[in-house]
Amino acid sequence: MQNIRIIPRLDIKGPNLVKGIHLEGLRVLGKPEDFARYYYENGADELIYQDVVASLYERNSLHEIISRTAKDLLIPLTVGGGLRTLDDIKLVLRAGADKVSLNTAAIKNPKFIKDAASKFGSSTILVAIEAIKQIDGRYLAYIDNGREETGVEVVEWAQQIEELGAGEILITSVDRDGTAEGFDIDLLKSITMRVTIPVIAHGGASNMANMADSIFEGKASALAIASIFHYSAMNKLIHSEEDFLEGNNSFKNSGKIFSKIKSCEISDVKSFLKESKIPCRPVI
Amino acid sequence: MNVAIIDYGLGNLFSINNACKLVGLNTIITSDINKISKADALILPGVGAFGDAINSLNENNLTQTIYEFVRTGKPFLGICLGMQLLFSESEEFGSHKGLDLIKGKVVKFPTINKLGESIRVPQIQWNQIYAEDINRWNESPLKNISEGTYMHFVHSYYAIPEENNNILTYTEYEGIRYTSAVMKDNIIGIQYHPEKSAEAGINIYRNWANYIINKSY
Repeated sequence: MQNIRIIPRLDIKGPNLVKGIHLEGLRVLGKPEDFARYYYENGADELIYQDVVASLYERNSLHEIISRTAKDLLIPLTVGGGLRTLDDIKLVLRAGADKVSLNTAAIKNPKFIKDAASKFGSSTILVAIEAIKQIDGRYLAYIDNGREETGVEVVEWAQQIEELGAGEILITSVDRDGTAEGFDIDLLKSITMRVTIPVIAHGGASNMANMADSIFEGKASALAIASIFHYSAMNKLIHSEEDFLEGNNSFKNSGKIFSKIKSCEISDVKSFLKESKIPCRPVI
Repeated sequence: MNVAIIDYGLGNLFSINNACKLVGLNTIITSDINKISKADALILPGVGAFGDAINSLNENNLTQTIYEFVRTGKPFLGICLGMQLLFSESEEFGSHKGLDLIKGKVVKFPTINKLGESIRVPQIQWNQIYAEDINRWNESPLKNISEGTYMHFVHSYYAIPEENNNILTYTEYEGIRYTSAVMKDNIIGIQYHPEKSAEAGINIYRNWANYIINKSY
């Protein structure tokens, strides 16, 4: 069994780290740089920055955040959100990203995956799938943060992604995102059975037993985790008021913790994995 | 000390450049033959396809430049695909000739192991490095790094050197034990990404930087 990677995922809107539920209702949690550094120092294996409004606003602020962090956070950094052209990819790589995450542009034009993989190398291209379970049990891929339906079946799309030369797939269960109800194991399994490239589970990370299931049963190679890490990190990081000039700050300023979600640290997850005989890189 | 990082249009040079600067090396990212020859040390980076890479080196007259640089005895480091390019040949999408600085070939990970279980390819994970020969390890940029240290790996192909005394580190992936770093005189090849492997990885760069200055480990 390979070493399972634990990847904090940071959704970014403008200058802020945000987190929503089902990819919507974004709350401001703090500065992405502070959280990124905290996760790096606490044993993160990689980081994901997802610009959640890139399709709506200009993206220079993200490039600045990448450049500021990539210099001293010496682990792989994946950046996604609104990347539509080979030039878009080149610019985020030049800013310091190691991999890019494609979704909307890839599903609208699958050849984009092939072009990107041949120009930048397969290992640089990750394709993200936003899956929503239908009433009939099928999983369909969505774009634009789970807002727009494509009619594309998730499993077929995953196979196509692999054939087109992507190095990795990140599968988000939009239904579970931000809920801490657990990764959707059936969704994971349906994909990992059909592709040989690594699959990162995302959406719903919660209790440890479910994490173990997502690895043993779901065959995930990595877990992308947001809410449960963010709510723990938030309490350890001290923010100044000017961090919160934009966006929905009422949650952050209220001093509430999200009572439904039991937060935890990367080290908690890694100790659990170790006890469960799941190999991972230890927190140093 | 000036290190030239060869820019031949493949791969993301940000992190390698960043790692060199962190350990106090001056860097120049270039495909200029004169600048490369004048450098104190040379890095061959690379991600992507072996065939594209070797064609690009040939088209830019860089193959000859690399051979001449290596003959001077100055330190030369290949990383990731840059390590694989040191070998004689690769089976990636047909057979391709490599730089042949180290005898051996580059092959693909199978997608099924001996037990019939499927293997994820590419290998993307933090994995451990071990010494083929601890004396060699201690006389290399790995010195003062513990055996079993985790490094970040991303690759679908791996190298098989003909001569065991070129092997610096080995790693295991899904039951396959393979060479993850090589060393031959002034040439070092590293399959993993020390520049993306937190502090332990930066120590490899730091040791290599010391070697550039002192010519010994």
